[in-house]
This record gives sequence, C-alpha cells and structure tokens, in this order.
Amino acid sequence: MEMAETITLEIARYSPEQDTAPHFQSFEVPVHKEWVVLDALNHIKDREDGTLTYRWSCRMGICGSCGMMVNGEPKLTCATFLADYATKGSKIRVEPLRYFPVIRDLVTELGDFLGKLKKVKPWLIHPSQAPLSQGEFLQTPAQLERYKQFSMCINCTLCYAACPVFGLDPIFVGPAALALAQRYNMDSRDQGSGERIAVLAHPDGIWGCTFVGECTRVCPKHVDPAGAIQQYKLTAVFEWLKSFITPKGQDI
Amino acid sequence: MVHLDLRHLGEKLINARLPFVRELCLKYQNVDPVKELIPVRPVVHYMMGGVSTDINGATPLAGLFAAGEVACVSINGANRLGSNSLPECLVFGARAGKAAALYASERPAPNGPLQALVLDERKRLESEFLHKSGGRQRIATIRGEMQATMEKSAGIYRERNLLEEGAGQLRELQERYRDIQLDDRSRTFNTELESALELGFMLDVAVSMIECALHRTESRGAHQRTDYPARDDGTFLAHSLVFRNSDGSSRVEYQPVTITRWPPGERVYGQARQEQQH
Repeated sequence: MEMAETITLEIARYSPEQDTAPHFQSFEVPVHKEWVVLDALNHIKDREDGTLTYRWSCRMGICGSCGMMVNGEPKLTCATFLADYATKGSKIRVEPLRYFPVIRDLVTELGDFLGKLKKVKPWLIHPSQAPLSQGEFLQTPAQLERYKQFSMCINCTLCYAACPVFGLDPIFVGPAALALAQRYNMDSRDQGSGERIAVLAHPDGIWGCTFVGECTRVCPKHVDPAGAIQQYKLTAVFEWLKSFITPKGQDI
Repeated sequence: MVHLDLRHLGEKLINARLPFVRELCLKYQNVDPVKELIPVRPVVHYMMGGVSTDINGATPLAGLFAAGEVACVSINGANRLGSNSLPECLVFGARAGKAAALYASERPAPNGPLQALVLDERKRLESEFLHKSGGRQRIATIRGEMQATMEKSAGIYRERNLLEEGAGQLRELQERYRDIQLDDRSRTFNTELESALELGFMLDVAVSMIECALHRTESRGAHQRTDYPARDDGTFLAHSLVFRNSDGSSRVEYQPVTITRWPPGERVYGQARQEQQH
C-alpha cells in the first residue's frame, strides 16, 4: 500500500492543574521511513507544543522509559515506526501505559512498580561475605544461561500494561518483578530464594497469575516473564511439600 | 552522509557474526543491512571529562559531590567510556553517597543565608523561565545549532580557525539563550523547563571544551589538532581544569597527571601499526 506523506497523531493530554479528565489532541507529522513514534513526539515538542510531556532517554531500547500505548498496544515508542501505520487516512493513537496512574500527558506514576521490584529483594543474597583474597564468585556459561534471559529486563513496564490480572488487581506483584525474582533465584551465586518465597508464594505473587501470557508477547527484550512465573510455581509447590517433612529453616 | 555497506557479506554471515548490528538497524532505524546501506556517523558515546572529583566524589567546592557520567575521578586517562563508566556505577556512586552523608551529618543544618540563596535561585528560575513572556527563541533551535557548531569545531579533527569560529558562535548562542521562550508554565513534570536548564549547562560545557581545545596545542587521545599533530608530554601531560572568573569569562589551569604503570603511548592503525609491531 502507498505510504502517506503525513500522519495524524491523536495524543492523550492530561494536566492535573487544568484538566479533570484526559482528552485527545491531534497533531499532523511528516512520515519518514526511519521515524519512530518517539521521533514524531520530539518533532511536536521541539516545533509546535513545548508542553507535550513524556519520558524518553536512549532511543535504542535500553533505558526502558518511552513505553506508551500505540493504537491500544503497549509499545516502546523508540522501536515503533510511523511507516508501519502510515497508509492513507490512518491515524495513530498515543496514550500513557494502561493500568498506571497518570502524572501528566504520557507520563505514568512508577512509585508502586519500583516498590514491587524492591520487595522481591533483587540482589545477590549470600550468608557469608567471603574476603576479597578468596577471589571472585566464578560462574560457568551454563550457570549464566539459566537466568540470563530474565536479566535482560529494562523495567519498561509494558508487561504490566498488557497484564489483565494487574489491571483487575493492582496489588498483584506483576510480571517484571516476578521475573526479576527468578533471575536471582536461578543465579548460582545466590542463596536468597528462602527469603523471597514469602513475597512470591503469596496470592498477590505467582498465584495471582492466570497464565494469560500477554506479558511475554509484548516484552521488547524477550524476557518471558510468563515462563519465569510458571517455572517458579513448580518450585513453590515443591517448597510447600518440603515444609511438611522438614522443620522451617532447615535444608534437606 | 556516510554509509556502511555490509551487503557483500550476505544474510547468513550477517546473522551469524553481526546479529546485534542487524537487530539494531531493523528495530530502531528501519534499515536492513542485508539489502540496504547503513547510515553511520560519529557520536558522543560517553562524556569524557566532567566535574573534577577526588576518590570520594568530593569536588573542590565544599559540600558538592559528583558521581557517574557527570564526574571525572580520572582513575584512567581522559575518562573514556570503557573502564570508567563501570567503576562510576559500581564504586564511586557508593563512595560519593557515603562521603556526602558524612559531610552533611558533621555540619549544622542549612542556615538563613543559604536558604535565602535558594529562594533567590527559585525566583530567578521563575522570572527567567516559568513566568517570562516575549522571548523569541526556541530551545530546540538553539540546541540544534549548538550541536552543529560543536561537531564542526570540536569534533573528530580540530584546528585553531575552526575552534575560534566555534567560540564566537557559542557566544552568540549564549546571547540568544537569554531570549528563549517556554510554552510550558506547569509545575507538574515540566520537561521543557528541564530542557531549558540543560541547554544552559550544555552551552557552558561547550564553551569550556572549546576553550581547553584551543589552549591544548597538541594531539592526544580524542583531542586531535590537525595544526598540532604531535603529542607534547613536556607541556600537556596534565588535565585541563576550567574555572569561571567573577566577570563571567573562563580560565584554564592544569593539574599534572601521575603516571604509575602505563605511560602514554601512540595508538596507530593500519600500515603504521604493522610497522610498529615489527
């Protein structure tokens, strides 16, 4: 189909100082083959309307800050080409990521999400701090491979905007935080899975997930949070069974 | 425009040996290196230099600490990306945080005069940005011209005429910066105000870079002067420090470098490298 020369962006606007509810504003932008939605937003902010508000930084899928709803789909706007939408007469609707409170225009409130990340203790937990003289904690390529994919998360929160369970129940710990927990649980240098189990094996943790799989489908880094959660459900059942045969705090 | 042509390698070899290059091109630039040319250009990958700090992140200004890409601990030559960004993340952030906390805990809470200064600064931001009207310049226009000026004058290759020309253009841009107009007067997540403040700082940094590059009549690392191609350790084995004088002008001073294990050497390529190795 013929590519249009310009395209209309319908952008959700909301200013808490002026508006009681969000509304849409239309802007016409040129379509260049290499332009992404983020380029169009920058074009508008630079030339037409300096009040348009959104987050972005790296422009190459590393920083995770430019996630938005593009025609109803959670997308990194740095990797979403205008040309893919630019048939004659088509429009692109840009909204803030679904299910999050909105601070202004396309900027969502991330405090709750960051709190959830911290809750799963995303750091290496090791009972004894070995002295430096003992050298590094070595890891084989096979041991790295076990958790590597879960470590590729860029905290863009697209998976939360895609998760119907989070949409219904904002207390749900959610895909990225659960995948992050599994990233540390599967790390050969970590011994903290016992400390994480209280948060994870909880109705608001893994058992909240009904395995819709949307999180994995929208993930721009192929982290597969749905896979991580299913994997951990097995671990949790095993731990639960183990709790009947060994006293708490002891290992078998 | 310069293009990189990988087409002769073929899809199989590109996928096997350069999968990330292909992914980057496809996902973010809508270019397939199997069939198309890749537009390439030099960019700033990491800010070399920065706010001078000691190994605890303390700057010469008492109470001001810096860590990360903005800082220059100088553990490693001219602060290039590879071996400096990682220690900034893993080591110096924590050191600077601890040192700043210790500094603050040993001193009384900010007093009247300091709070008055803060209030003055707040009023200045309001009158020069948030409440100002009648300005004629847009942030993006000045930022674009600053980028073009810096690329031309202080980019890969530098020489006196271009540097002096750039210094003049930056003075003009600083003048026009005083005439910028913001659209956004909001107190909520005002990214336009942030861009305006950043632009002012970037212009200051750009002026400092040109000033240092003009004084440094030699070539070293990323500073290549076509009019002074040789390295001059006798005069310039030192960090350039830029200070602002009370009249607004700047001056350059030098801090000697302590060489421990690795003396500076010449990095050469191609034919010259083969000759050096034999």
